[in-house]
Amino acid sequence: MKPPVFEYHRPGSVAEALDVLAQTGHDGKVLAGGQSLVPLLNMRLAAPAHLVDVNWLGELDQVPCDAGGVRVGALARHARVEHDPGAAEAVPLLGQAIGDIAHTTVRNRGTVVGSLVHADPAAELPAVLVLLGGTMELASAGNRPRRVAAADFFVGPLESALRPGELATAAHFPRPPAGSGSAWVELARRHGDYAVCGVGVLVALDQGLRVSSARAALISVGPVPVPVDLTDALAGQPHDAADWAAAGRLAAAAVDPEDDIHASAAYRRHLAGVLTARAARSAAAAAASRLEASA
Amino acid sequence: MNEVLHETHLVVNGVPRTVSVPARRLLSDCLRHDLGLTGTHVGCEHGVCGACTVLVDGRPMRSCLLFAVGVEGAEITTVEGCRAAGGGLGPVQQAFQDCHGLQCGFCTPGFVTTITAWLAEHPDPTEEQARQAIGGNLCRCTGYQNIVASVLRAAELIREQEAAR
Ligand SMILES: Cc1cc2nc3c(=O)[nH]c(=O)nc-3n(C[C@H](O)[C@H](O)[C@H](O)COP(=O)(O)OP(=O)(O)OC[C@H]3O[C@@H](n4cnc5c(N)ncnc54)[C@H](O)[C@@H]3O)c2cc1C
Ligand code: FES
Ligand code: FES
Repeated sequence: MKPPVFEYHRPGSVAEALDVLAQTGHDGKVLAGGQSLVPLLNMRLAAPAHLVDVNWLGELDQVPCDAGGVRVGALARHARVEHDPGAAEAVPLLGQAIGDIAHTTVRNRGTVVGSLVHADPAAELPAVLVLLGGTMELASAGNRPRRVAAADFFVGPLESALRPGELATAAHFPRPPAGSGSAWVELARRHGDYAVCGVGVLVALDQGLRVSSARAALISVGPVPVPVDLTDALAGQPHDAADWAAAGRLAAAAVDPEDDIHASAAYRRHLAGVLTARAARSAAAAAASRLEASA
Repeated sequence: MNEVLHETHLVVNGVPRTVSVPARRLLSDCLRHDLGLTGTHVGCEHGVCGACTVLVDGRPMRSCLLFAVGVEGAEITTVEGCRAAGGGLGPVQQAFQDCHGLQCGFCTPGFVTTITAWLAEHPDPTEEQARQAIGGNLCRCTGYQNIVASVLRAAELIREQEAAR
């Protein structure tokens, strides 16, 4: 269990990192927190010839928040984003979901953007980005930076739309509209494990505290996060007495999980329904208390 | 094959150290093999068990998921650095002895470092909080009851020390 030989690069600026990535192309890999990449190297499941260590690019260690949402720079660690007061105010779902990623020790090093690029079908943050309709910012030498919508970024299990030579510089999580609330709910065998099933829900209420729209994104039930519109099950119903089970049924019908050693497909589908119902109820409660606090 | 060596500077338990290591040298192996600090244990080498946990600039991290070159210039605290200022057992180590928080001791270094950092920010934890704090560390023989008790006892010892100051 020792990593294979690689050539190590420690660029001092984003421009320099992009040059190295352009030169190394298919043979190069970005090393961010290493919390997914280093296990793969240790187990010899990956053997890139070049590693480009971006941990020295202080310019990417930023989490600016504004009216539009939160822009998480590529070097922002999970732990930092989890506890950032600006991010918590603008996009509460981000901190809610990060709390379920592994343990503090892993969150102290792993990055939000690294988790998105890694595109694990059991990872929380890809679903958060999909649910909120966020975007990835991708840079490469000699080209204008491109932005890719979350819906197009997650291509398959452990596969994103990142091209060889590209550096993901940031992820943008849009602020949900006023009057909305969110919740993250997941089931894992032990706290900190990857979820057997997990779901984020965003519920928007009208002035009368009735549901105007609701949607979910689920993990561990497909190759990429599965978005589900729950509005048909909940629209017009009171924030504290809607038909949550109906929302759960919509989610269970929308997913197509597979059997694996952790759980059967039927159990995962069952969880999709139960957890979506729970998350929808909490998201509506959160929306109501936000509206009441601002009234 | 001759691998390129990188001169790397670390401050380990307060002592500046320079090592010449290949880029693929894990921090865990650097501590154990290059620096002879075998207190840091290696269980799984993929981030799951927590035995290799050390503090990097005060924060607990898996040393099996870090390259020594990747933490150039950092301050590293290993279990050897968790002893009392004047020598002898530090408060967390003392608490493990008091509460029988270890049997074989393989997992213990990762617990001691993790708990040392955590108590600095949570001086008066509840049992439930103590249980969560050690959620990322596996122990295969003691059982967690005595380790949870050790966290609470360590908090008590640290508070007593501070009061005596
Ligand atoms: C024990 C354990 C439990 C875990 N549990 C969970 C969990 O429950 N949920 C969860 O979501 N994650 C979990 N993780 C993974 C963790 O969240 C990782 O931190 C994250 O997936 C990857 O982020 P990183 O910064 O460590 O990326 P790295 O490991 O450095 O990189 C991962 C991949 O992304 C690429 N990459 C990273 N950053 C960039 C960039 N800026 N531009 C281009 N490519 C880039 C790398 O080349 C590599 O292919 C766990 C990890 C461990 C060790
Ligand atoms: S050896 Fe590092 S976590 Fe197990
Ligand atoms: S004391 Fe033996 S594994 Fe914990």
